[in-house]
Amino acid sequence: MATRYSLGAAINAGLRAAMAHDDKVVVMGEDVGTLGGVFRVTDGLAAEFGADRVVDTPLAESGIVGTAIGLALRGYRPVCEIQFDGFVYPAFDQIVSQLAKMRARSQGRLALPIVIRIPVGGGIGAVEHHSESNEAYFAHTAGLRVVSCANPDDAFHMIQQAIASDDPVVFYEPKRRYWDKGEVEDEPTRSLHEAAVLRDGSDCTLVAHGPTVATALAAADAAREDGFSVGVVDLRTLSPLDVATLRKVAAESHRVVVVHEASTFLGIGAEIAATITESCFYDLEAPVLRVGAYNLPYPPAHLESDFLPDVDRVLEAVETSLNF
Amino acid sequence: MTLTVPPPTALATVLEARQDDPRATPPLQLIDEAGEPTALGVQVGIDVDLAQEMHADMVLARRLDSEALALQRQGELHLWLMSWGQEAAQVGSVRAVRDTDMIFPSYREHAVALCRRIAPADIMRQWRGVSHSGWDPAESKVHINSLVLGTQTLHATGYAAGVRMDGADEVVLTYFGDGAASQGDVNEALNWAAASSLPVLFFCQNNQWAISTPTDTQMRTPLHVRAAGFGVTGYHVDGNDAMAVHAVTRYAAEQVRRGVGPALVEARTYRLAGHSSSDDPQRYRTDDEQQQWLAKDPVVRLERFLRGVGVEEAHFADLAARADAFAATVREQCRALHGEDLASVFDQTYAEPHPVMAEERAAFVARRDRAVA
Repeated sequence: MATRYSLGAAINAGLRAAMAHDDKVVVMGEDVGTLGGVFRVTDGLAAEFGADRVVDTPLAESGIVGTAIGLALRGYRPVCEIQFDGFVYPAFDQIVSQLAKMRARSQGRLALPIVIRIPVGGGIGAVEHHSESNEAYFAHTAGLRVVSCANPDDAFHMIQQAIASDDPVVFYEPKRRYWDKGEVEDEPTRSLHEAAVLRDGSDCTLVAHGPTVATALAAADAAREDGFSVGVVDLRTLSPLDVATLRKVAAESHRVVVVHEASTFLGIGAEIAATITESCFYDLEAPVLRVGAYNLPYPPAHLESDFLPDVDRVLEAVETSLNF
Repeated sequence: MTLTVPPPTALATVLEARQDDPRATPPLQLIDEAGEPTALGVQVGIDVDLAQEMHADMVLARRLDSEALALQRQGELHLWLMSWGQEAAQVGSVRAVRDTDMIFPSYREHAVALCRRIAPADIMRQWRGVSHSGWDPAESKVHINSLVLGTQTLHATGYAAGVRMDGADEVVLTYFGDGAASQGDVNEALNWAAASSLPVLFFCQNNQWAISTPTDTQMRTPLHVRAAGFGVTGYHVDGNDAMAVHAVTRYAAEQVRRGVGPALVEARTYRLAGHSSSDDPQRYRTDDEQQQWLAKDPVVRLERFLRGVGVEEAHFADLAARADAFAATVREQCRALHGEDLASVFDQTYAEPHPVMAEERAAFVARRDRAVA
């Protein structure tokens, strides 16, 4: 029976289910215990599972990931919370050089089943370093898996699937969608690394993930009022990309526009454009276009509405594609 | 947790008195440079059988070093990092913990690896360029080497958190150098382990040089003093005195095992060789300095001690023969090491299926097979 949750509460429920299912699952991060995290995603877990399994850590991101690696080597399944996207950089070495590579460095002997949860993206009027979209850094790194949830149902199931994975997973949570509510089914409808075709379109397909899925859906609605059939794909998985689904929608709709909050230069959109162009060149009626943030440092909050992709910019790109 | 307090020993009395002194203390010594027991050595007593065993370990470790350096010069190894001069620090410390205690090394701990019965082939594999690591940590209880300085101290700290959650009475030993002590990760690990009172034994081989950077450029406060600022018990030992390293590390390890929190042992030693087979230490340090430290050679010192207590020449002749045989094994094992196919790296990067990687792997294998055909 479906239950209605906000996205943040769905992750909370997913964490609770994973912790109840496997006593090796340990949640750790800054303020995740008594406070329940700055977004309250871990609310109530410390009371239920105790301070050993819901660990308030020192304020040291490299330490959070580095000690999680040690815990995983001891047989635990740590779920680390990085408080905000812009705070992950002190942990960059531990994620990219240690976490990602340990399996290959040990000839497949050492598994690190670790999840790194990162609230991501802008649109909440935050101060600097609290609104970044840095998924491309991690998706670029072999050895990591990177996923991005966009709705409560996925949030609930994907966090559990990520925790069950024997590979390290960077798990992005769209912070401006934390309070959006939706139905959560008892059972997952998809595996972790599968994109979701939310809407079929014969004229063009919008490919989005995390916070821009809602933007893409709104743009598709607006396009339909103008008589165009615009599809929407929620990527869900950024590494590995669900290339099969991308090829399929490119072949069916002949036009693809990628929408993400990250800057376009060397972003996920660039990889998607290249992948589709390499394998579906003759199916395309227009080049794959990208709508993302400008290639600037994230601006002050008063300027972010001009910086982030919105429905109008998505529709302009659809129009460019249709008129190509 | 109930703490059982062991009866005081001569060594414990000295070490405990030192804990009350916030200043830098001279490194504790049981055997002096001439191989004579110090006053403390006489008071504490020196186990001659143990000294003999550790001396043999050190001789073999040194032989691995000289053979591996020669193999590097012959083009058989891409790189070698000598532990020449640091054998006492390594052998003394690893023998002071239990075989079931997990170790997180840096990358120069060949003597430690040998003491944990890791085959020379598995120690050299990484430096021959056939794989990024050599041994199975599940068997040796030695984690693979960490080449990014200090990262392993956080892994040790997390592992220790797991040890405590499991209710096990293990100590987690991690090695790092004076250079790595400047890394954020090492300082995060010291702070974290202290704040959580975790069973970590931090062992610093202060070999005076971080490639070309001397210790006084790295730090103002000696590490065994800095430890106190974190709430970590600090010990300072002569790292070229195997018996002192063993005694101090064993004391520190047993304190940690009792659950009183982490400890740090700073072993004052010297890297007699360059940083690696690619380094030229003559560019940054003097012959005088090298000569002064050669006079403190840990292997020579222990041999002098053993001869002084009457160990016969036949023992040393046997050991020399054993070292020669070992050297032949090292050469043979090195030359027999061959790399795996690149396809294996595709197979070893993820635990679970990865369709994008699978496509690339298939393309690689097809291309490789065409080349072979």
